[in-house]
Amino acid sequence: MTDWPLLSLVVFLPLAGVAFILVGGLTTKDEEIAARNARNGALWASAATFLVSLLIWASFDNSTAAFQFEERHEWLAPGIAYRLGVDGISMLFIVLTGLLTPICILASWETIKTRVPEYMIAFLVLETMMMGVFCALDFVLFYLFFEGGLIPMFLIIGIWGGPRRIYSTFKFFLYTLLGSVLLLLALAYMYVTVGTTDIPSLMEHQFAAEVQTWLWLALFASFAVKVPMWPVHTWLPDAHVEAPTAGSVVLAGVLLKMGGYGLLRFSIPMLPLASEYFIPLVFALSVVAVIYTSLVALMQEDMKKLIAYSSVAHMGFVTVGIFSFTTQGVEGGIVQMLSHGIVSAALFLCVGVVYDRMHSRMIADYGGLVNRMPKYAFVFAVFMLASVGLPGTSGFVGEFLVLVGVFQASTWVAALVSTGMILGAAYMLWLYRRVIFGKLEKENLKAILDLSPREVLIFAPLVVVALFMGIYPTPFLDVMHVSVENLLQQYQGALQAAEAASQAATQLAAK
Amino acid sequence: MVTDTHLYAAATPEIFMACAAMVLLMLGVFRGDGDTRLVSWLAVAAMAVAFALVWMMPGERVITFSGGFIVDGFANFAKLLILLAAAIGLIMSMGYVRAEKMERFEFPVLILLATLGMMMMVSANDLISLYMGLEIQSLALYVVAAIKRDSHRSSEAGLKYFVLGALSSGMLLYGCSMIYGFSGSTNFQAIAAHVGESGQISVGLIVGIAFLTAGLAFKVSAVPFHMWTPDVYEGAPTPITAFFAVAPKIAAIVLFMRAMIAPFAEATADWQQIVVFISMASMVLGAFAAIWQTNIKRLMAYSSIGHIGFALMGLAAGTADGVRATLVYMAIYLFMNVGTFAAILCMRRREGMVEGIQDLAGLDRNDRPMALALLIFMFSMAGVPAAAGFFGKFYVFMAAVDAGLYGLAVVGVLASVVAAFYYLRIVKIMYFDDPAEPFVKPIGPEMKVILTVTSLFVVFFAVYPAPLLEGAQAAAAALMP
Repeated sequence: MTDWPLLSLVVFLPLAGVAFILVGGLTTKDEEIAARNARNGALWASAATFLVSLLIWASFDNSTAAFQFEERHEWLAPGIAYRLGVDGISMLFIVLTGLLTPICILASWETIKTRVPEYMIAFLVLETMMMGVFCALDFVLFYLFFEGGLIPMFLIIGIWGGPRRIYSTFKFFLYTLLGSVLLLLALAYMYVTVGTTDIPSLMEHQFAAEVQTWLWLALFASFAVKVPMWPVHTWLPDAHVEAPTAGSVVLAGVLLKMGGYGLLRFSIPMLPLASEYFIPLVFALSVVAVIYTSLVALMQEDMKKLIAYSSVAHMGFVTVGIFSFTTQGVEGGIVQMLSHGIVSAALFLCVGVVYDRMHSRMIADYGGLVNRMPKYAFVFAVFMLASVGLPGTSGFVGEFLVLVGVFQASTWVAALVSTGMILGAAYMLWLYRRVIFGKLEKENLKAILDLSPREVLIFAPLVVVALFMGIYPTPFLDVMHVSVENLLQQYQGALQAAEAASQAATQLAAK
Repeated sequence: MVTDTHLYAAATPEIFMACAAMVLLMLGVFRGDGDTRLVSWLAVAAMAVAFALVWMMPGERVITFSGGFIVDGFANFAKLLILLAAAIGLIMSMGYVRAEKMERFEFPVLILLATLGMMMMVSANDLISLYMGLEIQSLALYVVAAIKRDSHRSSEAGLKYFVLGALSSGMLLYGCSMIYGFSGSTNFQAIAAHVGESGQISVGLIVGIAFLTAGLAFKVSAVPFHMWTPDVYEGAPTPITAFFAVAPKIAAIVLFMRAMIAPFAEATADWQQIVVFISMASMVLGAFAAIWQTNIKRLMAYSSIGHIGFALMGLAAGTADGVRATLVYMAIYLFMNVGTFAAILCMRRREGMVEGIQDLAGLDRNDRPMALALLIFMFSMAGVPAAAGFFGKFYVFMAAVDAGLYGLAVVGVLASVVAAFYYLRIVKIMYFDDPAEPFVKPIGPEMKVILTVTSLFVVFFAVYPAPLLEGAQAAAAALMP
């Protein structure tokens, strides 16, 4: 079984669904039948992909930091190969992508009525790109998937989005592209100096200290937009608000994780000196993100916008955790990303549920939903609390580990960041009170229906995962532990080597 | 290297093309305009034969005709691209020519002659043969631009092209005469030897290079000599615009590379700054000026100016990697542009051809395959992976970074983001806007084939890029051993 190219399978299996939909679309003229084929094809393809990702997780070896399931083929040039592999850092993101895509497709089952085959194709292509990002072990290949994902997302927001979709989707695309092209230049520089874009080889290469600064900034421009970090986060609320529900889910659930993943995979191991040098910058931006965007979230009247701003704040925790360079901090950052992937995705789905019924995202249009929708109120409560970071939910594990890690790095930063948790509780609880509690007074809400079986099916796995990660996070932490330790050892080793070199230089100068 | 047995053998494809053009001219004269279709197909067949002849050429370098004509891997690679582009361009024009009732047998013959000129250009090894090839090509193209005699716009385009082209030829010739005067030879190797011997390059020679560059920049339509491009592209009949946008561009840029590198490789630093400037200016102008266009042909004109800027980035690097990058870029550009123009040629309503970008509104709902193909080309031109256009840009950026031209690379990537905006705008109009009146069907079968093949190439280039990359590598190695 291990002889199978499992990673290629997980990356390209969604494209089999695309082929199925295309063939189905060509053979029938009937829109209805084509739409049904497309929905089924997309669901089966993405479900199969999820199973493959679970299989990879099941056969993943926790005890080594080396890349596993490696595949390698010659590709563009000597040194630029088609190379795939996973380690403890990327493993769980693959499972997360695998889990969220079928959920997105289920969530779009009834809400997307126009151009269904195109929609499903866009989603499956997007899944391929996302999987590719986490599996790639070659920088060019990574870039290909990283950028390629923009195309389907551009179309998803632009075609099936809300009233201001065109502005939002252009902003999303051009913002991200602008960041990415600088990454491309850094990539070109790395290739011409090292002669390869193989990620493990690049990790071993020691770039000169002054070069590292420039490369780091170029990489950061791309990843910071993707994360997104303050002040380059402004595309996110627009994109989230205008995207269809499933678009927001996948955007919050997976696409934002590419930024954090990029920092862990490229910036830190390849450019350790610059990463250390820029710690204050990252801390400052993250602290501003946590506090400022939490305050902004507090004042939102649009539910999706509120959750979008809360995403920026939560991702601030991630970057702080990663740049604390402690085991707890980095692991906390990764757990926080996974947890946020589940929780904010689920929150967007929650908004989608009422939006489908009432066609409004305004908080003021709701109130007292608990009277008509008890199941919905329960689900929303779980994710709201997970987002706040209540012990027993996935959010707590991530935020707690991050704070423990950051506390070792800087007490002040830890103190400032933890105010974000309080503000987070404030805006989420307030949102919940205004939407769910109170009297059901609005006339048009009196007939609103509770969750349908399809919606229950969508939420059930997410509730289970959110609680499981909160109560018993060990299986998740075990997967990443060795890889994170290895990353930190490399980082410390590089710093010490640079330190020793500079000491030797000063001694030489003194003589 | 000059041996008599090779004298004519090396030029077989060119000789064949010249003979074919004359035979077809006679055929046309005797059979009249009614047989234009036959003449066109025969012209395509002649190009196919020439393609095969070039393909079978041995790879080694042959210099013949008293040093004026060179055949090497570099020239052969370029000739294959030119013949491919010209043949497809001719095939694409047939439906249009019939529908617009401008069947004239001179048209395929002129295209054949222009192609012959291009082949001469890429094989030029001497300033005189360079000029000869350039003029064979240009004179044929001046006529072709104005071939729709009754159309005001077409005549205007032809005249503009001619006047400005003559000006640029003048500059080029002046540059050539300066170079001859200060180096004592018109032969590229002899000039190279002179430059190499004297160690430093004289001011007169630099002036000559500057004028030569100006003339060549006009031919590739690089800023600041790009002014003719939008007007000619817009005015000329669409299939002719499609032809202008690809084959002559490839020939001119290949000639540009040879004219800079073969004689002046030792003086790279002197011409490099000129090329860096025109590359930068072309990318920026191409990106910004296209934003406000409403006519798709004008938009494509600015787009091609931008693309030329990117391609010149490879030349600016002045390395074998740079030459390879430019060749790869132009090969991919060929497929993207041919495909896009095939789609533009399908923009026909009952009242005739339409050219407004807004006419594409909601194309996705009227004609899905065509919208999808255009979507692919637009993303590819914007340089978004995994479309082929990305790889073109990737290689030129890499060459520029390798040569230490960081400023140029940064301007390039930023220009590509600006340019992405107007490519996305077309996608937006096709996919997000409400449908306009549908185009008249059916699209001819040849257009369907061209659209399908080019879009598949653009999508799947990433899967198996080796043949093109290796071909370009060998070609670059032939120019810069």
